[in-house]
Amino acid sequence: MSLGALLLIVIVLAILGAVAGRRRALGLVGGDKRALHSLPGHYGQVVFLFTAVPALVLTGLWLFLAPLLIDRMSSESLVGSSLTDDTAMTLVMTDVRRIARGLEVLSANGSLSESDISQMRADFSNVRVRMAEAGVALGADVGPQVFEAAKVYRDYSNTSRVLMNIAVIAVAIAGLFWSLTRISKDYRARNASEKFTVVMLIAASLVAVLTTFGIVFSLVFETYNFFRMHSAADFFFGLVWNPQFRGGSELGILPLLWGTFYVSFVALLFAVPIGLLAAIYMAEYASKPMRSVAKPLLELLAGIPTIVYGLFALITVGPFLRDYFAQPLGLGNSSSSVLTAGIVMGIMLIPFVSSLSDDIINAVPQSLRDGAYGLGSTRSETIRQVVMPAALPGIVGAVLLAASRAIGETMIVVMGAGAAAKLGLNPLEAMTTVTVKIVSQLTGDTEFASPETLVAFALGLTLFVFTLGLNIVALYIVRKYREQYE
Amino acid sequence: MNVSVNLENDVDLAQHKIVAKNVQVYYGEKHAIKDVNINIQPCSVTAFIGPSGCGKSTFLRTLNRMNDTIDICRVEGNISIDGENIYDPRVDPVQLRAKVGMVFQKPNPFPKSIYENVAYGPRIHGLTRTKAELDEVVSASLQKAGLWNEVKDRLDEGGTGLSGGQQQRLCIARAIAVSPEVILMDEPCSALDPIATAKVEELIDELRSNYTIVIVTHSMQQAARVSQRTAFFHLGNLVEEGATQDIFTNPQDKRTQDYITGRFG
Ligand SMILES: Nc1ncnc2c1ncn2[C@@H]1O[C@H](COP(=O)(O)OP(=O)(O)OP(=O)(O)O)[C@@H](O)[C@H]1O
Ligand SMILES: [Mg+2]
Repeated sequence: MSLGALLLIVIVLAILGAVAGRRRALGLVGGDKRALHSLPGHYGQVVFLFTAVPALVLTGLWLFLAPLLIDRMSSESLVGSSLTDDTAMTLVMTDVRRIARGLEVLSANGSLSESDISQMRADFSNVRVRMAEAGVALGADVGPQVFEAAKVYRDYSNTSRVLMNIAVIAVAIAGLFWSLTRISKDYRARNASEKFTVVMLIAASLVAVLTTFGIVFSLVFETYNFFRMHSAADFFFGLVWNPQFRGGSELGILPLLWGTFYVSFVALLFAVPIGLLAAIYMAEYASKPMRSVAKPLLELLAGIPTIVYGLFALITVGPFLRDYFAQPLGLGNSSSSVLTAGIVMGIMLIPFVSSLSDDIINAVPQSLRDGAYGLGSTRSETIRQVVMPAALPGIVGAVLLAASRAIGETMIVVMGAGAAAKLGLNPLEAMTTVTVKIVSQLTGDTEFASPETLVAFALGLTLFVFTLGLNIVALYIVRKYREQYE
Repeated sequence: MNVSVNLENDVDLAQHKIVAKNVQVYYGEKHAIKDVNINIQPCSVTAFIGPSGCGKSTFLRTLNRMNDTIDICRVEGNISIDGENIYDPRVDPVQLRAKVGMVFQKPNPFPKSIYENVAYGPRIHGLTRTKAELDEVVSASLQKAGLWNEVKDRLDEGGTGLSGGQQQRLCIARAIAVSPEVILMDEPCSALDPIATAKVEELIDELRSNYTIVIVTHSMQQAARVSQRTAFFHLGNLVEEGATQDIFTNPQDKRTQDYITGRFG
């Protein structure tokens, strides 16, 4: 039975339960709704929830935990072989899983029977060829031990599947009957379904929080591995970024951080004034028809994928700046430059800044404007001295959000500023940022467990810490202003 | 009431602070104020009363051209203050509003300190030359608004941190600080409790000696307590205007009578 079918069964059971719950509730009071504590629908809801949710949770947990357990058990059959190393073990287990899947495919399409499989031996039957038939490409020849482990793995998986189906359906049915028996005239179905909903909502937010922790944890873990292989002093204080294939790399983060902040700074320098002025025009001066055209147009800009902006940087802005500024001024002759990436990123951020600020300015109560006009302020005085201060916390928040986006941006930088890590002040020179290097280190040819690859995690973690800091500062500022203004 | 036309005209210039003639206000197609004529006397309190939606606020806002800030609003007719037509194209509404201050229904202090709230008007109009002068204006205005003793030790704190009644008095201080000649108040007490209301009413009574005050109110008692003259509006028309005592004890129009005796509204 496939997973889809299993889920379908659970849902059908839950719907049947809901109908039965409703019936039963009405039946208990002879069809008189008023005698029930809650609406009949609530009783149905409760049964539905108690049937479906525990069963679905069980399915999820099982799908998540069972492979871990099966891995552990089937790898036991490999013990005693020459595999002592963790990494080698991981590689072999990958093979084991692939072979197991291949066997499953072969048995499903009938080309192998169960007895064939149990008699199949790695050293006699040509496993690689058979696997290729099933669409599983194996690199090296398969050792007998690995093949045995794969068979064990397959057995365990199949058993686990059957057990899961039984358990899930059992839980669903148990939930259904248990909740049905709880229905009585005075059963507070509405409160129960309300509480259940709250629990589900909490669980959902927990998932979000836990994934964040999971992400951070995995970053921290790989970063730790990196620092076991590479000196932290070089990483944090090194002025040179020069990864080598054969080790001995210099992996100083400073040139990358510098590039990140330089490009983001240029972008914000460009985006914040323009975005803010556009927002002020939009919110305070534009007539209704103007606004209804201009605002969606501006927001359309926000929908353009950043790679398109990158192309714009690569073919238009870059060469333009090179031909008309960099070369005539003798400041360089590369079309990739901090300024190129900064300006294009700034263009990308304008709608971001302006549409957030526009909403914030609009949220400033009209009564404040009236108050200022009533005292004889002009429009611009009102905006500068009353509306903007009132909107400031929100605007600071918008700018910091834009800053986070700028720091995290990758595509525009690759295509606009280049990939050369450099510490320099000249804005017409190529530079690069942390995000670009994360991508290039992870997609390189070096093996995973080398400092050259793992440094990507350290970079990622650093970036994470920086943006976290930025957000904390933003929140602090916003809160401080809010206290003052409320 | 039976004054001859000639006399009325003479009195116009000598005694009336504000003279409105044939004022019409339209919101788009809607005719909100219909042919209103009224004279408002200096250094007195005039109350506008009438059922909700009858146009009291609209008419009040024509007196300092606050309706200019509403796109769809159109004003016709003639309103003059001290004999000068305020709808003359040469008149700068910004200047006008410095002369005709306004206090709104909901207290709307700026998100600034108490001091800055009061100093705002003098600053934008350049009324003071030195910091000391500005300090003087701020404290004098707060004193006139009866708020000084409550806030003198916390002038740096946010104006929005005050209680509703204090906020409203702060708004009055803010309006006084630009030394207007006329103060318009649109239901200044409707968001306040009885004690705060009493304070504001007391204040209005004191301000009367120096300012011309026009107040919109829904409370008949308030109109009776604070005003010398009362104008009753109904469906965009000015039905009746006269000495407060006359309006309340001896209304000439059936509609006024119905309203003040609580038969509709
Ligand atoms: N900004 C506006 N746009 C369109 N119509 C308006 C606007 N302001 C007021 N009106 C209309 O003008 C009429 C008079 O409104 P106004 O606010 O002057 O009444 P009011 O007497 O002050 O009422 P209330 O006592 O409820 O404050 C109402 O019918 C109202 O719907
Ligand atoms: Mg009103």
